[in-house]
Amino acid sequence: MADIAIRWSKFWRSFWINEGYIRVFSEGLKNTLIIAVVGLIIGIVIGTLIAAVKVMPKYKILPRILDKILALYVGFFRGTPIVVQLLLAYFVIFPMVGINIGSINTCVLVFGLNSGAYISEMMRAGIQSVDPGQMEAGRALGMSYSVTMMKIIVPQAVKNILPTLGNEFIALIKETSVASFVAVVDLYKVFTEIGTSNYEYLIPYLFMAIIYIVLVMLITLGIKIMERRLQKSDRRN
Amino acid sequence: MIDVIDLKKSFGKLEVLKGVNVKIEKGDIVCVIGPSGSGKSTFLRCLNCMEDPTGGQIIFHGVNIADMRVDINLHRRKIGMVFQQFNLFNNKTVIENIMLAPVHVGVSDLRNAKLHNFFLPLTNMFRKKKNKKSALEITQTKAQIKEEARKNALHLLERIGLSDKADVYPSTLSGGQKQRVAIARALAMNPDVILFDEPTSALDPEMVGEVLDLMRELAEDGMTMVVVTHEMGFAREVASRILFMDQGVILEEADPKSFFESPKHQRTQEFLSKVL
Repeated sequence: MADIAIRWSKFWRSFWINEGYIRVFSEGLKNTLIIAVVGLIIGIVIGTLIAAVKVMPKYKILPRILDKILALYVGFFRGTPIVVQLLLAYFVIFPMVGINIGSINTCVLVFGLNSGAYISEMMRAGIQSVDPGQMEAGRALGMSYSVTMMKIIVPQAVKNILPTLGNEFIALIKETSVASFVAVVDLYKVFTEIGTSNYEYLIPYLFMAIIYIVLVMLITLGIKIMERRLQKSDRRN
Repeated sequence: MIDVIDLKKSFGKLEVLKGVNVKIEKGDIVCVIGPSGSGKSTFLRCLNCMEDPTGGQIIFHGVNIADMRVDINLHRRKIGMVFQQFNLFNNKTVIENIMLAPVHVGVSDLRNAKLHNFFLPLTNMFRKKKNKKSALEITQTKAQIKEEARKNALHLLERIGLSDKADVYPSTLSGGQKQRVAIARALAMNPDVILFDEPTSALDPEMVGEVLDLMRELAEDGMTMVVVTHEMGFAREVASRILFMDQGVILEEADPKSFFESPKHQRTQEFLSKVL
């Protein structure tokens, strides 16, 4: 018990008295959230576009070529670990083409591309779960394929896959803990720093776990609220 | 108005339409009847290219819309369609369902006109003096388009007797109400012709009447309609012409009176003896 008290006082010194908490919230938490949220938004946009191409009728040549290219993309991002993709992007591809967009932006981009590959498959399932008659009705009114997709099909598809999309967001938030591989100061990084400052890791890491759990619980709650709001077009209300 | 010339459609090896020739004039109410599997739904869906014909021509207002190079969306605006399964947009309220297409069309036309006018000085630089184009007239703002569409939609809802349902979602409507909204949605685009694909087949017997009454009203207003139906009473009463289809061809084409009283073709007689 005395042991815990000493550990706690050590942690408290570096976390509160030496103002470690400022860094935790203004850098660690902030970067983690930026990477996860912006990554998810990029992922949703990319995933939706890929899914829309995938469910396109395939009798024209262009969708067929696009389909093959996108299959490659999805195959690569689902076939390699996110750490490998991060390292490749940060240490190989960007230096090779000679652009430097900073480590956080690299993370946002890679996480976005990565989740785009996963979300494309979810979105495809969602789009295919919408009654084909909806597309027919839109087309019969003289709206183009893409307009009907965006205004009618995708909103219904998103509603259908919202729980899965929430899963993806939760997975994304937790995966951001590998961002420190490319020198991003995320939650994991700041708590490691706090631990290193006085060789006391037990409580910082416990604290880190609690922050992640709270984040995930908040997301779960947010998704429940969104689901309830989207259900207003269902009969059961 | 619609001129169908030697229309053919096959799904893989299965030939569903084997050369259909029909002329549909303005004000015509054409009822298409026939046994199931005869190709009547496919024929109807070919008229607005929901199914792309594999052969033949469909001349609508002088343009062959079966041609893949034609922008079909422009022509579909003038061809309404009502489905067996209603197909109302589930994520939109009733009034949004009706407004959606007119607003979209109006706004995208407005956007195109603005783009055209914006680039006009640039594009005109490369045109000879006599070829120079003039700016398109922009008469309405986006808000005005929406307001007009809303007014029109409310008017249509009043006409179909569902004004009180404007802001509910389709999932709370009965089948007959859904189909009436679907008809209003087609009417909102001011189409030249409306295609009905078995509009009453998915309805309770009780609700068939209200939909047929609405269609009857439309017919009296002079709307051109092509109706695939199993309602022989409706066909007999309202149609100006009846097409009897079987095995992918039109076997008999006649006015309702002579069709029902003195069918010429043996297959027609067989069919009528079963359904009447």
